Amino acid sequence: MPNRTLESRLKRQSILDLLFRNLTRVAAFGVLLLLFSIVGILIYGSMPAIRAFGFGFLTSTEWDPVADEFGALVPIVGTLVTSGIALLIAIPVSFGIATFLTELSPRILRRPFGVAIELLAGIPSIIYGMWGLFIFAPFFADNIEPWINDNIGQMPYIGPFFIGPPMGIGVLTAGIILAIMVIPFIASVMRDVFEIIPTLLKESAYGLGATTWEVMWKVVLPYTKVGVAGGIMLGLGRALGETMAVTFVIGNAHQLSQSVLMPGNSIASALANEFNEAYGELYTSALIELGLILFFITFVVLSLARFMLYKLGQREGKTS
Amino acid sequence: MNIFNLYNRRRIVNALGLTVSMLAMGLGLFWLIWILWTLLENGLPALAPVVFTEMTPAPGDAGGLLNAIVGSLMMTAVGTAIGTPIGILAGTYLAEFGQRGWLAPITRFINDVLLSAPSIVIGLFVYEVYVVHNKHFSGWAGAFALAIIVIPIVIRTTENMLRLVPTTLREAAAALGAPQWKVINFISLRAARAGIITGVMLAIARISGETAPLLFTALNNQFWSTDMDEPMANLPVVIFQFAMSPYEDWQQLAWAGALLITFSVLTLNILARVLFRPSETSH
Repeated sequence: MPNRTLESRLKRQSILDLLFRNLTRVAAFGVLLLLFSIVGILIYGSMPAIRAFGFGFLTSTEWDPVADEFGALVPIVGTLVTSGIALLIAIPVSFGIATFLTELSPRILRRPFGVAIELLAGIPSIIYGMWGLFIFAPFFADNIEPWINDNIGQMPYIGPFFIGPPMGIGVLTAGIILAIMVIPFIASVMRDVFEIIPTLLKESAYGLGATTWEVMWKVVLPYTKVGVAGGIMLGLGRALGETMAVTFVIGNAHQLSQSVLMPGNSIASALANEFNEAYGELYTSALIELGLILFFITFVVLSLARFMLYKLGQREGKTS
Repeated sequence: MNIFNLYNRRRIVNALGLTVSMLAMGLGLFWLIWILWTLLENGLPALAPVVFTEMTPAPGDAGGLLNAIVGSLMMTAVGTAIGTPIGILAGTYLAEFGQRGWLAPITRFINDVLLSAPSIVIGLFVYEVYVVHNKHFSGWAGAFALAIIVIPIVIRTTENMLRLVPTTLREAAAALGAPQWKVINFISLRAARAGIITGVMLAIARISGETAPLLFTALNNQFWSTDMDEPMANLPVVIFQFAMSPYEDWQQLAWAGALLITFSVLTLNILARVLFRPSETSH
C-alpha cells in the first residue's frame, strides 16, 4: 500500500508480533494441558474402580473378571521385577559400552560404533517381542534355563527364585529383553555425560600414573555420578512402560510366583492383552486404573531422571 | 616387593576392566546383528511381491499386507502432519521467548517427561477421549495418538536446534528493522531447518513402529479401507496379531512385515543422522 503511513505499518508489524508470540505460547501451553488432561482423563476413567476397591486395589492379588474382583499387586510386582532385572543387566553393560566409546575405541570407529548402539534403540519394540518369542525364548529354554535350574536353583537362599519349568517364557526372559532395549538409552546418556568432564581432570589423573580403569572409576564416575544416575532413571522409565516386547514373552499369567522363571504379568502387558476384550464398566475401569498407576510411577521416575540430568548440566555451566 | 605387587594388581584390574568394557560393546553389537540376521533370515523368504498387492488374508489363505501398509502410511502421515506444527511452535516458544516467566521451564520439564512416557497410556488416553465418545475405533484416533508421541520429540529438537543459531544472526536481522516474527520465521527457523527436519524424521521413525498406542485406537481391519473414520489396518498391530497366532502362514506374513518396518525405521534413522550431526538428537 503506497499511501499507508509508516506508523500504521509499524503498528501492523507489532500486532503480528503479538499474534505470533501468543500463537507459540498457546502451543507451549498445550503441552501442559496435554499432561493435565492425560492425568485427569485417567483418574476420571478409573473412578468406578477407585470407588469399588479403594486402596485395597494396590495390595490385592485378586484378578477375577467373572466375579468383578480386581487387584493390581500382580502386575505392579511384575512391572517392578522385570524392570529391576533389566537394570541389573543393563547398568554394567552400558557402563562398559560408554567406557569403550569414550576411552578405548579408535577415533575413526567411535562414530560407527555409537550409531550402531543407537540403532539398537531404533528397532521397534514389537520386533524385540517377536524375536524374543520365536528366537530368544526357545534358545533360552533349551540352553540356559536347565543350567539355571541345576546350578543357581540348587543354591541356598537364592535357589527358590531360580527354579521353574524351562519354558523360555517368563519374568526373567522379559527382563533380559528389556535390558537389551534400555542398554542403548543408558549407554548413550553415560557417553554424553562422560564427554563433558574437563580434559584437564583426566590428564591430571593420568599424569599421576593412574590407569585408564582408575581414571574411569575414580575420576570420571564420581564427577558425573548425578548424570549417570539420571541416565539410569531414564532407562528405568523406558523399561517400566515398555509394552510390546514384554507382552510377547512374559507369559501373561495373573499369579504371583517366587521364581523368575515362572510366567507373570506387567501393567503394560495386562493392558495390551485385556483392554479390548474387557467387558463391563468395572473391568475396563480397573484396567484404566492400572494405566494410571503406571503413568504415576513412570512420571516420578522420569522426573527424578530429568532433575538429576539438569543438576549435572548446571554444574557443567559453572566449572567451564 | 609390596610396591611391585600393588603395581601388578593395578595393571591386572585395569586389563580386566577394559576387557570387560570391550566385551560389553561386543555384546551390544551381538544383539543388533542377531536381531537383524533373524529378521533377514525369516523375513526375506516371506517377502514375495504378493505382500504388496494383496490384503491381509484369513488363516490358510494366501494374502499380503497391502491394507496394513497403506493404513500405517496414512496414520503416520496424519499423525506427523498434526504433531509437527504444534511441536515446532511450542519449541519456538521455548527457545525464542522462554527466557522469562514460569511457562517455559515447566513446559520444558513436562515435555522431557512426556518424551519417554509409556505409549500405551497415550493409547488409553485417546481411547477415553475419542473412541468412547464416538463409540467406534477409527484411523483418526490412531493418528491422534501418534501425533501426541510426535509433539514432544519435535519440541525437543526444535528448541535444541534454535539454540544453536547464533544470536548475532538474529541481531543482524533486527538491526535491519525486521519485526520479531519475521526474524524467527525467516532467519532463526530457516537456519535451523536441517536440524528440525532431522527431528521430524526421527519422530516418523519412532511412530512407524509404535504398536501400543494403536491397539485401543485404530484397532485393525482385515479389509481394504482408506476411510479414516473406520477401524484401520496397520502394520504393527497386524504383526502383533499374526505373530501371536498359531497359523504358520500368518507368522510368515508377520516376519515379512517386521522386516519391512525395521528396515524402513533404521533407514530413516540413518538418513536423519547422515543429514545432520548426531549429538543434538533426543534421547
